[in-house]
Amino acid sequence: MTGSGIPLRATDVAVRLGGRMVVDGVSLAVEPGEWIGIIGPNGAGKSTLLKALAGVVRHTGTIEMNGREIHEMRGRDRARLVAMVAQNPMIPEGITGRDYVQLGRTPHLDRLQRAAPGDARRVIDTMRSLDALEFADRRVETLSGGERQRVLLSRALVQDTAVLLLDEPTSALDVGHQQEVMELIDRLRRERRLTIISTLHDLTLASRYPDRLVMLVEGRIVADGPAFEVLTEDHLARFYGANVTVLCTSDGLAILPRRPFQENPR
Amino acid sequence: MRSAPLARRLPLAYAGATGVVALTMLVALVVGPVHIPVSGAMRDLVDHLPGVDLHSGLAQSDQAILWQFRAPRIVLGALVGGMLAVAGSAYQGAFRNPLADPYLLGVAGGAGLGATLAIVARTTVSHSIFSPVPLAAFAGALGAVVITYLVGGAGRAATTTTLVLAGVAVSSFVTAVQTYIQQRNSDVLREVYTWILGRLIAARWSDVGLVIPYVVVASGVIMAMRRTLDVLAVGDEEATTLGIRVGRARLIIVIAASLGTAAVVAVSGLIAFVGIIVPHGVRLVVGTSYRRIVPLSMLVGAAFLVATDLLARTVASPAEVPIGVITAFFGAPFFVLLLRGSRRARS
Repeated sequence: MTGSGIPLRATDVAVRLGGRMVVDGVSLAVEPGEWIGIIGPNGAGKSTLLKALAGVVRHTGTIEMNGREIHEMRGRDRARLVAMVAQNPMIPEGITGRDYVQLGRTPHLDRLQRAAPGDARRVIDTMRSLDALEFADRRVETLSGGERQRVLLSRALVQDTAVLLLDEPTSALDVGHQQEVMELIDRLRRERRLTIISTLHDLTLASRYPDRLVMLVEGRIVADGPAFEVLTEDHLARFYGANVTVLCTSDGLAILPRRPFQENPR
Repeated sequence: MRSAPLARRLPLAYAGATGVVALTMLVALVVGPVHIPVSGAMRDLVDHLPGVDLHSGLAQSDQAILWQFRAPRIVLGALVGGMLAVAGSAYQGAFRNPLADPYLLGVAGGAGLGATLAIVARTTVSHSIFSPVPLAAFAGALGAVVITYLVGGAGRAATTTTLVLAGVAVSSFVTAVQTYIQQRNSDVLREVYTWILGRLIAARWSDVGLVIPYVVVASGVIMAMRRTLDVLAVGDEEATTLGIRVGRARLIIVIAASLGTAAVVAVSGLIAFVGIIVPHGVRLVVGTSYRRIVPLSMLVGAAFLVATDLLARTVASPAEVPIGVITAFFGAPFFVLLLRGSRRARS
């Protein structure tokens, strides 16, 4: 890693969509190898912030990667620094796992769009390391949620970037598969020294995996720090309108909804 | 799972398609109202190779039929078919729309209007060597696409949907104008109609020379962007995260496909259906990647049009059936069979 040693630094980033400020003055510095979880109520601008960091939507303010503003980079150079897995990516009908993962090598093609000699090997190796090799010749749309997530992650990893943006990586998964995917992300981050920024709606999961949580409300950061500082009953009441108990256990935090009153407690 | 893995089927598909192109071209060369022996034609073909001198034993008149009538028609058919199929696959990829065909953005309507205007204007000028119809059709086709882009793609928020809808509007408009002019000049009705249904009848080597540069450049550009077409399939946002400049890439693909289509349509008229069924047929066999669809569509489109043109000039011999009628009449049932076959293999 070159430059300041900080792979990603956002300063006063704002995004206006359809006349509305969706992201409004966000500043964020991310350490190499750090995992940041972005949480916040629905419509807080979490996905839009992620898209701004990926260079997909126009922003004001500055987003620097390795010391360079992303809008001044060529798309191809940016795509070699940051990869993104969308929440509900469009899967072309009939595409096989291998062809889908291969798309991740796009920023590394030469001028005539020829793949480097080792690319096919790389696709296979990456899929194997994510236990996704058995899906190489299967049609992606026929895979289950957990299987599919591993194929999507393979595509982002084969892109060979330092930063990985994940939009709700566990949204359509049951609790077992949620855990499996989060453990997988954590393992990859350690093995490959990846910097990860992910939006998460499940607060209990969010408290367990990322190093740091950033709470976004109406496009602004209202809390930034370790889980126990961000996920407080006060914050959840104020910003989510939620009436919850935050349990502190030896395994971490648990968020428990409180009922207003129960007439017939069993 | 399907019968054989793609890796094993792929070389077979390329070899098969190349073989079929060569075979249909040879068959088309020797079949016709005037009987020419196969051996003589073969020997004459070899004789035409540089550095080879071989006596075919064919009469001068037979040689003239082979090389001045049939050969340019076959080569032109292959160029037109290949170009329409490649352009169709490019449009389908660029617009993520399986129903897109090379005429999506108004090429057909514009070419029709241009040709009609030229035919109407020409009634005064008698048989000159230079025919203004192809040039007018070419200009009309490109003009329509440019208007579509200006109307539908000008705003920054332009989407593929607005562009496609603009294409529908522009097509309807120019077709209305064309129909009006055609009705007002009923003496040219037959000629205009024949042009619209597509024909390779009067093909000459000069036509081949006219379209070759466009076909080479257009299909070359589309080939060079085959992986971009693959990336566009995952959506504009994700394509951006993969480093593609989506608006620019789509514009280049559409310009190349429209230019190629306009050039071939200018000499062949509006041959329907090739741009849709050929890429889809290829897709059913070799999967979704444009890395394979684009080159194979070129080959299969060429073979398909040479074969349908052969049918067009033989089924009702000595009369000719418009080739556009044949492409749809034989192409549609064949496509349905392919579709059903792939459904069964998949389930």
